Amino acid sequence: MAELTAKTPCAGLLPISAGRVTVTEVDPGPMTAIAPFKGKEKTLAGALDRAHGLGGPAPGQTRVKGHVRILWFGHAHALLVGVAPKPTLARHAALTDQGDAWAVVQVEGAEARDVLARLTPLDLRDAVFAVDATARTELAHMQAAITRVGAQAWQMMVFRSMATTLVHDLDAAMRGVAARR
Amino acid sequence: MRIPCPICGNRDSREFDYMGHALTLDRPAPDAGLGAWDDYLHNRENPAGPTRDLWFHGLGCGAWLVVSRDTVTHEVFGAELARDVTGGRA
Ligand SMILES: [Zn+2]
Repeated sequence: MAELTAKTPCAGLLPISAGRVTVTEVDPGPMTAIAPFKGKEKTLAGALDRAHGLGGPAPGQTRVKGHVRILWFGHAHALLVGVAPKPTLARHAALTDQGDAWAVVQVEGAEARDVLARLTPLDLRDAVFAVDATARTELAHMQAAITRVGAQAWQMMVFRSMATTLVHDLDAAMRGVAARR
Repeated sequence: MRIPCPICGNRDSREFDYMGHALTLDRPAPDAGLGAWDDYLHNRENPAGPTRDLWFHGLGCGAWLVVSRDTVTHEVFGAELARDVTGGRA
């Protein structure tokens, strides 16, 4: 039988750095979309807490416990990252495996916010987008999810098929910011 | 132009798709007759002033919104989830 080698979405593309910004690929582990059945939002939050020690995230928020993270991921659904969901959750929500479907990168550094400001209309100021805030938004014309994971660090997700475009646009923005220092 | 998504907050209009006048939420009964269906499918007002449209937050949370705005001043008065406007009916 053929031996298949798993490749990450950004294999051969990352890491890159320019100026005071670095982009690295993130291996998120398992990712599962969790969409509560009608009227099950409350019982799902309890089930999530019992199963993974994390409740349902409010819009625009993430909850973190150890290496497990749950992101608000849009209208009436969330994304569980870093662990496979316990089967008990299926009584309250539709569970959809999203592993391998997304490219996940971390943009980090003193000028990371200036780079992102060239690519997304999202308001990234501290007062609006604090650490652990998350948003679904536009990133260089792509559907994206952006999560702030540190004072100068943001994780960005786009569909896996767009990984090369993501890295290309980040690279151009990084060089533009660096050139104007 | 910014649209105040009830879920995401104020967002740039480039995150949204315009999906036509909100009257499409008021679908006629199947037996309402050809006149009512013709009107529903094809005839639209072209208001100079306040109007209500559907907008899809496709590069955001994915919700459909009913947005109230003014076509003359471009003022956006507010937005509601289409689901709340229709009470969940399709
Ligand atoms: Zn939204």
